[in-house]
Amino acid sequence: MPSPDLALPSDLQSQPLTLDAISHSYGESLAVDQVTLEVRAGELIALLGPSGCGKSTLLRIVAGFINQTSGRVVIADRVVDTLPPNRREVGIVFQSYALFPHMTVAENIAYGLEARGESKATCRERVKEMLATVRMEGFADRKPRQLSGGQQQRVALARALAVRPRILLLDEPFAALDKNLRLDMQIEIKRLQRQFGLTAILVTHDQDEAMSIADRIAVMSKGRIEQLGSPVEIYDQPETLFVNDFIGSSNRFAGVVESAGEGTYGVRLASGALWQVASRKPFAPGDRVVATIRPEQLVLTDQATAGTIPVTLKLSLPIGGELIHDVETGAGEAFKVAASRRPGEPVSPMAATHCALAPHARPVLFPQPAA
Amino acid sequence: MSGAATGETAGVEWRLAAPLGLTYLAFFAAPLLILLVMSFSVDDNLGGFSLAAWAKFWGDPFYRGVVWDTLRLGLVTVAMTTLFAYPIALLFIASGPGLQRLLLFIVLLPLLTSVVIRTFAWIAILSREGVLNQALLALGLTTAPLNLLQTELGLVIALMQIEMPLMLLPLITVMRQVDPSLSDASRALGGSKWRTFRKVILPLSLPGWIAGATLVFASATTAFISQTVIGGARLVYLPTLIWQQAMVVYNWPFAAVASVTLLVAVLAGVSLFAMLGRFARTTA
Repeated sequence: MPSPDLALPSDLQSQPLTLDAISHSYGESLAVDQVTLEVRAGELIALLGPSGCGKSTLLRIVAGFINQTSGRVVIADRVVDTLPPNRREVGIVFQSYALFPHMTVAENIAYGLEARGESKATCRERVKEMLATVRMEGFADRKPRQLSGGQQQRVALARALAVRPRILLLDEPFAALDKNLRLDMQIEIKRLQRQFGLTAILVTHDQDEAMSIADRIAVMSKGRIEQLGSPVEIYDQPETLFVNDFIGSSNRFAGVVESAGEGTYGVRLASGALWQVASRKPFAPGDRVVATIRPEQLVLTDQATAGTIPVTLKLSLPIGGELIHDVETGAGEAFKVAASRRPGEPVSPMAATHCALAPHARPVLFPQPAA
Repeated sequence: MSGAATGETAGVEWRLAAPLGLTYLAFFAAPLLILLVMSFSVDDNLGGFSLAAWAKFWGDPFYRGVVWDTLRLGLVTVAMTTLFAYPIALLFIASGPGLQRLLLFIVLLPLLTSVVIRTFAWIAILSREGVLNQALLALGLTTAPLNLLQTELGLVIALMQIEMPLMLLPLITVMRQVDPSLSDASRALGGSKWRTFRKVILPLSLPGWIAGATLVFASATTAFISQTVIGGARLVYLPTLIWQQAMVVYNWPFAAVASVTLLVAVLAGVSLFAMLGRFARTTA
């Protein structure tokens, strides 16, 4: 969603990218399994997953470094499968930045333009323009090794964008940056992606990165997309236990469905508490289920009701603006409760005896996984 | 505290280096000095002072030709080894671990066989009735067998195989350290494969090439056995000349002149490559 206040340069047009039933195997092992994904023009999609989930393979397929075993890559209605990487007009920012160490910043940025046979004057002008875009004026004659990590990344971005690519691929671009710089660069990349109207794919294993800059997130596992949705959807309504566990922290409670209403189920937890849980998935009374709930959607209380779980408070940790309580049920199930911490509040506020769902809480139900 | 520590370290280092240092002094520096004195002597008893041997060597176009031939042999071998080493190195970098091990074994094979055996094997391959000529004749690429033995071409072919590990090992070592995503970056930016090689891989592999070229040059110019056995009597290079003068003609001062010349020639070649290296580093 390019913001309306940033007008696109006239020669730039966002283009959609479609992955159509892409599969890829390395010998016997299937790295990417029938992935279909439509990236809208100007959209930034994050491929999020643990290492080995196929996200990097997918990125290399789009770039043309790997020829997929089956399926098609379509950029703006054009199948690009037979095009070599140098003719796909795809810009990439690598985890290691991959700046040419023997060239200056200006030579790095000009590399793609020279490869396209642009005139010297055009190159000079575009390099100047790109240096200004990434706010690196005055660094033109430096060598990459004389730059900090963040500066190297700006140059890598400038180099990728100088050739006006149709698609921008970001391969774990923040992994090598320290935490404070990371947020700055995320904002920077988001700004440039919008300014240039780029359709972009971000590959990452870091959910915070994906949450902060992606329009939509595709959570991947074992070569498949487990769920595709906006960051909020992924967080609030995970479709599988894998997504639920991979994104954010969450507590799991085993239970049995007691009653089924219209999209709402009464679930009896092992601790005896009865929760009313809304779910779009169908369940029948007697089904064994797993109910998950985010720590910040639980509260500690002294009052026992039908929905509360009797607990003992083991530990409270102040983590920044949050207070994380580590609690345990009588049966020995441990879980976490998070509350925002008031300044000056004592760390262990009370001898809480019960844990209840917060008023806005939205537990999620999953079928009990086999074994 | 740190001062005491460094002082102690320096003392230890010196004493540890002493055995090798003394060995070098006795068996390397001293003979070299004797060689130098010998070249200015009248006879092999190191008696008298004379420039006769030097004047004879550099005054004769034949001997000057031998020096030039030796240097050219080194340079041509370096050029040819380079030409064949780069494709192999690129293949090596692009291969998986299994193929890499196999390639490394093939590359190292010449080092695992004796020089004499390797050289005689090349005679069997290069001779008029040899494998190469028979293959060329059978394929109809030539009507008469090529004369490869006792030619510079034949010698360079043999030397190339023998010296290949010296070029490949440093080249592969350096190219392995080059981040593979640099090639990917070049390709994604629109660079063709050739441009990627010329602009990215080649400049970044230069330190390895310089190390390899230095070794190959020094080794090819002094490869006495290959030069004599394959070059035969028709091709004379400095090592052969030294051997003839020292062991056949028994003109030790003259052999000493040739030896010092070979030493200086090799050193000149080696420093040329080192200079190239410094130049590449400052411009890179």
